[in-house]
Amino acid sequence: MEGHVRARLVKNHIFKGIVMLFAFISLLPLLLILYYITKNGISVINWDFLTHLPRPIGEAGGGVFNAITGTIMLIVLSCVFSIPFGIIAGIYLSENKEGKLSSLVRLCVIVLQGTPSIVIGIIAYVWIVAPLRTFSALSGGIALSIMMLPVIIKTTEETLKLIPYHLKEASLALGVPYHKTILKVILPSGLSGILTGILLSVARITGETAPLLFTAFGNQFMNWNILKPIDSLPYRIFYYAMSPYPEWHTFAWGASFILVVLTLALNLIARGVSIKWKIQF
Amino acid sequence: MENSVLTVDNFSAFFGDHQVLRDINLSVPKNVVAALMGPSGCGKTTLIRCVNRMHELLPNTKVAGRMFLNEKDIYTMEPIVLRRKVGMVFQKPNPFPTMSIYDNVIAGYKLNGIRRSKEDFNTIVEQSLRAAALWDEVKDFLHRKGTFLSGGQQQRLCIARALAMNPEILLLDEPTSALDPKSTSQIEELFVELKRNVTMLLVTHNIGQAARVSDLTAFIYLGELIEHGPTEKMFTVPKDKRTEEYLTGKFG
Repeated sequence: MEGHVRARLVKNHIFKGIVMLFAFISLLPLLLILYYITKNGISVINWDFLTHLPRPIGEAGGGVFNAITGTIMLIVLSCVFSIPFGIIAGIYLSENKEGKLSSLVRLCVIVLQGTPSIVIGIIAYVWIVAPLRTFSALSGGIALSIMMLPVIIKTTEETLKLIPYHLKEASLALGVPYHKTILKVILPSGLSGILTGILLSVARITGETAPLLFTAFGNQFMNWNILKPIDSLPYRIFYYAMSPYPEWHTFAWGASFILVVLTLALNLIARGVSIKWKIQF
Repeated sequence: MENSVLTVDNFSAFFGDHQVLRDINLSVPKNVVAALMGPSGCGKTTLIRCVNRMHELLPNTKVAGRMFLNEKDIYTMEPIVLRRKVGMVFQKPNPFPTMSIYDNVIAGYKLNGIRRSKEDFNTIVEQSLRAAALWDEVKDFLHRKGTFLSGGQQQRLCIARALAMNPEILLLDEPTSALDPKSTSQIEELFVELKRNVTMLLVTHNIGQAARVSDLTAFIYLGELIEHGPTEKMFTVPKDKRTEEYLTGKFG
């Protein structure tokens, strides 16, 4: 083999090695986070931790049951508000590619996506907490649903845009009215994409703390009333981690572990849905 | 004129300021295959998309003149009512990907909320699939997705879907242009069979296809209907010089 060919091959290998190294380095933070949380958190996890309420300091034991149910309740509330609005706005954008209102809506979606979550929390405080004169699960759910909206709108729009125009034509040519064409032909064809978007947006808001600080507020007791303050996992982590007691610090690790597992599970389910329910055109 | 299924009367169509069709006059009698041929961009697809008023779904379009379907004015009917009477098969096979073969055939009923008994639906599905020469190939897996079929089978499924609505006329927009030669010839044979019950308007830029399957041919060039008449006559003794040049491959 000639010298310069060999030199090129060596360069090639070096380049490949560098690419792989950097890819690995970018994975490192995630792996370390998972390692750390598992190491510190898993020892706290047991049945009692999952099913008991927090106890006052000085008493042994206690758990995060109210935070888990609170997080689930917040997720349900925010889905109730954001899914219908998000999907319908997404349909509008994919149906009206041009036009003043669509470009305005698109701009707002981008701005909303970039809005700091603490600001959204303040807005929810002004809109809901102040008039109702109480912190509440409802206000937390609304703050989180505002954070979910941009993701749902964008994924719905992008998914529906990919559905071939000839499917819509096929339906219209059968005499199917426009609204039924959208609801019965176009939406079902994009279902997997839309569901994936919803799951990813849920994964995104599950760990949000800032917008909950002055909306859902936190609550160390069990609460099922949406008009009363409610606990959540991220808030519980914040509360425990800020405390001066070493035992509560380990609780914070345990709650973090649950939160990370929950988010990971949502992401994996989203992946599964997008692969398994994919519609072939 | 009396027993013509489709009558086109001084019809013009526009995209914005651009006139795509100029004063077309045409009539299609019952139970024939009428072919519209002409070079790409001549307006033949626009013409059949005006028959079921799909043309007006595009922005900035307008039409002038009149069209009659069995003596009823197409442009005073509700588009939704009209489109249930006019079947359409598109260039690319487009079965609904979320539906089974069975549901695809009766999609016109299901999506429009037209109720029939289960037995009626079974009969409609079987008859339509038989008419589209697809029954024997799919009868054992009617509840599988339609998108698993081959391209030619998918196109016959789309024909079955259109036939299930008992259309007064069937519009075929270059239905074989995305298919292989074998599927093409199957579908051409199918048209000759179907003619006993259905009137068909076929857009094609395959001159051979027009010659093989049609009874009447219309030649459209630059938005004008140059000449129309019985296919045999047109292919042997064309009246217009442009028709002759097109048929002998001088342009198109």
